[in-house]
Amino acid sequence: MLLNVTLTLLDGLGTTVQIFLLTLLFALPLGLVIAFGSMSKVAPLRWVCNLLVWVVRGTPLMLQLIGFMYIPGILGHNIWGGGDVGRMTATVVAFSINYACYFSVIYRGGIQGVPLGQREAAQVLGMTKRQIFFKVTLLQMIKRIVPPMSNEIITLVKDTSLARIIAVYELTFTGYSYMKSSGLVWPLLYTGVFYLLFVGILTLLFNFIERKLSYFR
Amino acid sequence: MAILDVQHIEKSFGSTKVLRDINFSLAEGQVLAIIGSSGSGKTTLLRCLNFLETPDKGTISVRDEVLFDAADPATQREGEIRRKRLHFGLVFQNFNLFPQYTALENVTLARELMAKGEKTGEDPAAIRAEGERLLAQMGLKDRMGNYPHQLSGGQQQRVAIARALAMRPDILCFDEPTSALDPELTGEVLRVIRGLADQHTTMIIVTHEMSFARDVADQVIFMDGGVVVEEGPPEAVFGNPQQERTKQFLEKYRGD
Repeated sequence: MLLNVTLTLLDGLGTTVQIFLLTLLFALPLGLVIAFGSMSKVAPLRWVCNLLVWVVRGTPLMLQLIGFMYIPGILGHNIWGGGDVGRMTATVVAFSINYACYFSVIYRGGIQGVPLGQREAAQVLGMTKRQIFFKVTLLQMIKRIVPPMSNEIITLVKDTSLARIIAVYELTFTGYSYMKSSGLVWPLLYTGVFYLLFVGILTLLFNFIERKLSYFR
Repeated sequence: MAILDVQHIEKSFGSTKVLRDINFSLAEGQVLAIIGSSGSGKTTLLRCLNFLETPDKGTISVRDEVLFDAADPATQREGEIRRKRLHFGLVFQNFNLFPQYTALENVTLARELMAKGEKTGEDPAAIRAEGERLLAQMGLKDRMGNYPHQLSGGQQQRVAIARALAMRPDILCFDEPTSALDPELTGEVLRVIRGLADQHTTMIIVTHEMSFARDVADQVIFMDGGVVVEEGPPEAVFGNPQQERTKQFLEKYRGD
């Protein structure tokens, strides 16, 4: 029984990991775009980005999931297609936009936290804007944002459980289904072990990155 | 012939006039010291020369080429400003070394990027060799592989001087290079600057080290309230100031 449940839960974990990785894949770069947008000299672009961040951070992620899943259909054109793939796509889109907004705020803090003198020193040495960002600012910014990003990314692991609201068969939903079908509570509680292990691995990874970047101050 | 000619520079921040009608020129191989109390506009003037601030009025010319003319937008294009900056080097009060690079990498980074980006065909090994030579000249031969946080303030500032020299500027500017240093560390930095003066490096030094300015400068400018109050050779400005404000200012440093 334990083995059976474990195997089924591993299946759900697969979906969880998928949501997690795809969200990071899209949200990490998208967050940077939003961060630059919110610091832009072009006022309308700044307003759009700030409005987006406000709406996304101001409403529950669960509500956003439901919105992304059903609003296109209500408007008469279900862009997601049917079935598991459609639900998964809607989930990844909702998660990516949500997390990109949170990431953008962390990025902005990281960028603005690099002393202005660093950019000026690079400027007077004749570096281009691109070179200044990639060769001078970026690594200092990464060092600054690792702790808050690790917080956010660990939260993402557990937020994936919200996808069950639109019937994505991820880890929590898999455990929960035992309760519905056979009245068993322990498989749901058992999912906690999987989350713990997942987050444990991430914690080791973040510690490793922090150590790697500790060679400079 | 003047290597640098500054005409009618004016700069305001909001409604505050920071620089009013600044004029001066500097001959090649000479050292200009700019003195004055905090808020007199010295640092802003240096930042204008390095294009970190855009003057509202005036012109800046190097070797008779007009680099900047406030009345001519064609002289203010982003890409050209980047190239024109290289006529000047700037050493900051707070060093501003790049923390993630070693002393040597700090010195060579910009040159390497330029060689790559603009295909100057410069050999990375040659850039490296020059970086090593400059650091050795600064007395940092055994510190090349250290990161900035492993260096003392005086050592960091010497790396910053080597970094500025690596771009071979026509004019090297110093913005209070010893103000962020503990008193026992100022000597090593001043010695290095004096060494550069002996080699006839054209320099503009904003400083509060009066005896150093008197020693090393060929020309001194005293600024107050955004204007040049008095200028001349150090013997005149320090030894026989004509303006009341200059006298009052130097009085505070008497016995320095």
